[in-house]
Amino acid sequence: MRHTIAVLVENKSGVLARVSNLFRRRGYNIESITVGKSEREGIARITLEVDGDELAIEQVTKQLNKLIEVIKVSDITHDEMIERELMLIKVSADTSTRSEILQIVDIFRAGVVDVSPKALVIEITGDRDKLDAFEALLRPFGIKEIACTGKVAMVRHPKEIK
Amino acid sequence: MKLTGAQIVIEALKREGVDVIFGIPGGAIIDVYDALYDSGIRHILAHHEQGAAHMADGYARATGKVGVCFATSGPGATNLTTGIANAYMDSVPIVAITGQVATGLIGKDAFQEADTVGITSPITKHNYLIRDVNELAKTIKEAFYIAKTGRPGPVLIDIPKDIQIATADFDYSMEVDIRGYKPSVTGHIKQIKEAAKLINESKKPCILAGGGVIISGASEELFKLATKANIPVATTFMGIGSFPQDHPFSLKSAGMHGNYAANYALTECDLLIAIGCRFSDRTTGKADEFATRAKKIHIDIDPAEINKNVVVDIPIVGDAKIILNSLLEYVEEKREEEWLDYIMGLKEEHRLTYADGPAVKPQFVIEKICEMVSENTVIVTEVGQNQMWSALFFTHKKPRHFISSGGLGTMGFGFPASIGAKVGRPDALVIDIAGDGSFMMNIQEIATAVENNIPVKVIVLNNRALGMVRQWQELFYKKRYSSTILKEVNFAEIAKSFGAKGIRVTEKEQLVSALSSAIDYPGPAVVDVIVEQEENVIPMVPPGAPIDRIVGGK
Repeated sequence: MRHTIAVLVENKSGVLARVSNLFRRRGYNIESITVGKSEREGIARITLEVDGDELAIEQVTKQLNKLIEVIKVSDITHDEMIERELMLIKVSADTSTRSEILQIVDIFRAGVVDVSPKALVIEITGDRDKLDAFEALLRPFGIKEIACTGKVAMVRHPKEIK
Repeated sequence: MKLTGAQIVIEALKREGVDVIFGIPGGAIIDVYDALYDSGIRHILAHHEQGAAHMADGYARATGKVGVCFATSGPGATNLTTGIANAYMDSVPIVAITGQVATGLIGKDAFQEADTVGITSPITKHNYLIRDVNELAKTIKEAFYIAKTGRPGPVLIDIPKDIQIATADFDYSMEVDIRGYKPSVTGHIKQIKEAAKLINESKKPCILAGGGVIISGASEELFKLATKANIPVATTFMGIGSFPQDHPFSLKSAGMHGNYAANYALTECDLLIAIGCRFSDRTTGKADEFATRAKKIHIDIDPAEINKNVVVDIPIVGDAKIILNSLLEYVEEKREEEWLDYIMGLKEEHRLTYADGPAVKPQFVIEKICEMVSENTVIVTEVGQNQMWSALFFTHKKPRHFISSGGLGTMGFGFPASIGAKVGRPDALVIDIAGDGSFMMNIQEIATAVENNIPVKVIVLNNRALGMVRQWQELFYKKRYSSTILKEVNFAEIAKSFGAKGIRVTEKEQLVSALSSAIDYPGPAVVDVIVEQEENVIPMVPPGAPIDRIVGGK
C-alpha cells in the first residue's frame, strides 16, 4: 500500500541526501519526494510517498527517526488530509486545436501560463488522479514535455504536524 | 580567549576526558597534530588508518569510554572507513576526526580530497563537515554526546584545513540540545508490567542476552532476573560475557556456531526474553522459523530494532539496565522444574568436544589459554574459525572481557583492537587469538605495539588457510578449495624482525611453555602455533537453515 509520510528536518545542507541515501541503502521504494520550507525558521518539510506493507512502513519511519537531523516523522496516510501536486504540461496546440484544449483546461480549473503559435504551457494542481486524467485527455493533442513537483500533503485542522 | 580551530579540537577533547588518541598525521590534519604535540594527550601512531580505527574501537569496548582516532583527508579518511563500519555494526562509541582540504578547494578534486562525509554517512551514527570555526566546539560536544548515548555508535567530524587555522573564542559550557535526538531510556511501564506477567505465567522461559546488556552495564541485573525466576540464559555472539558461562543456567552463545543447548532452548521455549539484541541472521538462522513456539519480549534502546528482523509481542524501548531493574520489581520468584531439568539434560548431553590427535588442535590451544590465564584477561579475536573457537572453547565470565567483530566480521580487526584494549586496560592481560589469514591483514601494527611498548599477546592459530571459507568449501562446495590455501608464513620470525618476541610451536608439548613465556614477557609477543589445517568449527548451522538444524558433532 502507498503511504504518505510528512517529515520535519533541520534545514541544513546534506539532509535531503541523508534521507534519500537511507532509502537507497535499505532498499525502500520512494514513489515521490518533495522538500520545501515549513512554518518554522530552520525547519524544512519533506513529503514522502512510499510503497510497502505495514511492517516495511514501520521500519521506514523508525529508520528516518534515527537520523539525527530528522525532528519528526508522521505517517499521515490514514488521516484526513489534503494532497496536492503541481504539473506543468507543454502541449502542441495550433488554431485548430487550441479552443478544444482551453475547454479542457477550464473544466479542470487548470491555467494557461504561456501561449505560443504551436504550443501551450498549462499548469494544473490537484491529486494524482486528477493530474492523470488531465494528462490522458491532453495526450491525443501531443504532449511535448511534462514537469511534476511530486506530492505535498497536509492534515486537516485541528490536527497539526509539529 | 581566541584559539585556532586546531587548538579548539585538542581543548575540547581534554574537556571530554580523552587521554589517548590513535591516528596517523598528514597534510590536511597537520595543524591539529601541531596542537596535539605538547598537549599532554597520549598519541598512539598507528601504521595504517584502519588499524587506528580498530584501536579506538578496541579501547572503547574494553573501557566503555569513547575511543578517538585521527586521520588526514582523502586516503587517510577512506582507510578509516572499514574501522568505522565495524564500530557502527557493533554499536561502539568512537569519534573519528579527519582533516579535509581547505573549504575553497572542496568539490574541486583537490589533492587528497575525498567526500568523507558522503562516504561515511551510511556507516556513522552521525557525521559533520565543519564550515565555520565558531561551530567547532559545539560540534565536538555534540559528537561525543551522540556517540555515547542511546544506542552508541561512531561519529565523524571532517575539519577543513582553513578551519583548523582560523580562530574563534573557545567556550565549552554549552548544553547539548538536539531536537531530533532524544533517546528514550526508561521503558514504558505498562509494557514492563505486561512482560512481567508473561514471565510469571511462562512454563518454558528463555533469555537471549545481546551486546546491549554489556553496553548498558546490565549484567548484574540480568543475573538477578535469571536467578530470581530461574530462567536459562543464552547469549548472542555479541552478548558473550554478559552472563557467566560457568553458571548452571548458562546455555552459552546461540546461532550459526552456537551451542546445542542454546539453539534448542531458543527453539523450544514458550517465552523468549530478548535483551539488547537485534536478532541478526547469524543468531536466528532462518528468521521465519526462529522461536516460533514462543511469545516474545524484546528490550532494546533502538526502536528501529523492534520488529525489524523478528516480530515480537511485547516491545520495550529503553536502556536494558533501567528496564531490567524495573522489571525485577514485578517478576515473581518461580522455578519451572520440568523445563530446567530438560535444559540441564540438554547441556549434559551436548557438551562441546573435538577429536584430539597428534597434530595441535586449535580447540586445544584455546582450552589451554583458558586454563592458564586469570579472570583479568581480555580475549580479543580476529574473524573466522579462530573467532568461533575462541567463543566456544574459552569460558567467558565477565562483560568487556571478550572483544570480537560480530556484525561486520572484519578480518584484521583483532590485533589492532587488542592494542587499543591494552592501552585502555593496562592492568589486564590482553590476548588476540588470531588466524594466519586475519593477522596478516593488519600485521603492520606489530610496529605500533613495539614502538609504544604495548605488551599484547598474539596467539596465531596458523592453519595455512582462510579456514572458515575453506570449511564452507569443504562442506558445501565439494572440497573445491578456491583461493583458500595459503603459503606457510613464519609469524615468529616476522615478530622478531619488528622487535617483538616471537615463538613458534609445532608440537603439542611445546604449547604451554610457549604460552607462559609469551605471557610473562614484558613486551608484545607472538606465538605462532602450527595447527591442523582441515579442522572445522562444529557445531554449525548451515546458512539459511533454522538454528535447531545443527550439523556435525553429536
